[in-house]
Amino acid sequence: MLGYGLATVGPGLAVGLIFAAYINGVARQPEAQGRLQPIAILGFALAEALAIIGIALAFVL
Amino acid sequence: MYLGVTKPMIQLVVAAGVVFAFLYYASRKRAMVPGKLQYVGEAGYGFVRNSLGRDIIGSRDFTPFIPYLVTLFFFLLVNNVMAAIPFIQFPTFGRAGTAYALALLSWVVYNAVGIKRHGFFGYFKHQTVPAGIKGPVLLLLVPLEFFSNILVRPVTLALRLFANMFAGHLLLILFALGGEYLLLHGEGFTKLAGPVAFLMFGLISLLELLVQVLQAYVFVLLTSMYISGAVAEEH
Repeated sequence: MLGYGLATVGPGLAVGLIFAAYINGVARQPEAQGRLQPIAILGFALAEALAIIGIALAFVL
Repeated sequence: MYLGVTKPMIQLVVAAGVVFAFLYYASRKRAMVPGKLQYVGEAGYGFVRNSLGRDIIGSRDFTPFIPYLVTLFFFLLVNNVMAAIPFIQFPTFGRAGTAYALALLSWVVYNAVGIKRHGFFGYFKHQTVPAGIKGPVLLLLVPLEFFSNILVRPVTLALRLFANMFAGHLLLILFALGGEYLLLHGEGFTKLAGPVAFLMFGLISLLELLVQVLQAYVFVLLTSMYISGAVAEEH
């Protein structure tokens, strides 16, 4: 469980960076939101998968 | 091996029935001026068809996959939101086997489509050799690409769904039972932490509602991305 707590640091940073970039993009070009949103959510899901694998392993081990 | 009818089994059947009933009654009339139900059905169908199917797979060959994508999306949505309905309160995909089955289905679909499109060896070449790369670096890239595109994809697809549901469910249980324990069995000032835990329980419930919808969306999004990768002519 302690290891899982450490493992969430990386995905947490990644998700933060992804949404920061997304907010920047929408702030610069509001009309591009429709095209950016799926990409942002996809990146969020891919980054979150690492944290998810961490919690799965925490329960398996 | 446990033989018998469990709660997730019943929920799967009920969810399939709900999805069938919803889509059937929403599409039965086909009125020019849609009523409430038909409007909701058309909105959901149009969302999946346009933003998940057409924009990702491409307008040329996305039509055969619309039934699969729409059904998958609504089925996931109903199953996930069951975690927020009182007295059911269990996400079906909080059991790993259900998520494995869905991921296996998506895996079979996108691989079969790719093999049908490119031929057996052509498909593997298409999936493992990135475009425009030549020379000895292929020795390193081909196994890696095969590993990530064929083997890891279904595993992550299933685990993402399952672990999101499972972790949310655990979190809710933790806050509910922890709040109950602090409030009823705490001593002195620890009683004050009970209501805070219950407040957190409410907030986390709302967060979980968001996560449930998002996970259904993400699952279908990734499925359509894999299909688009399989049917694409070149990267």
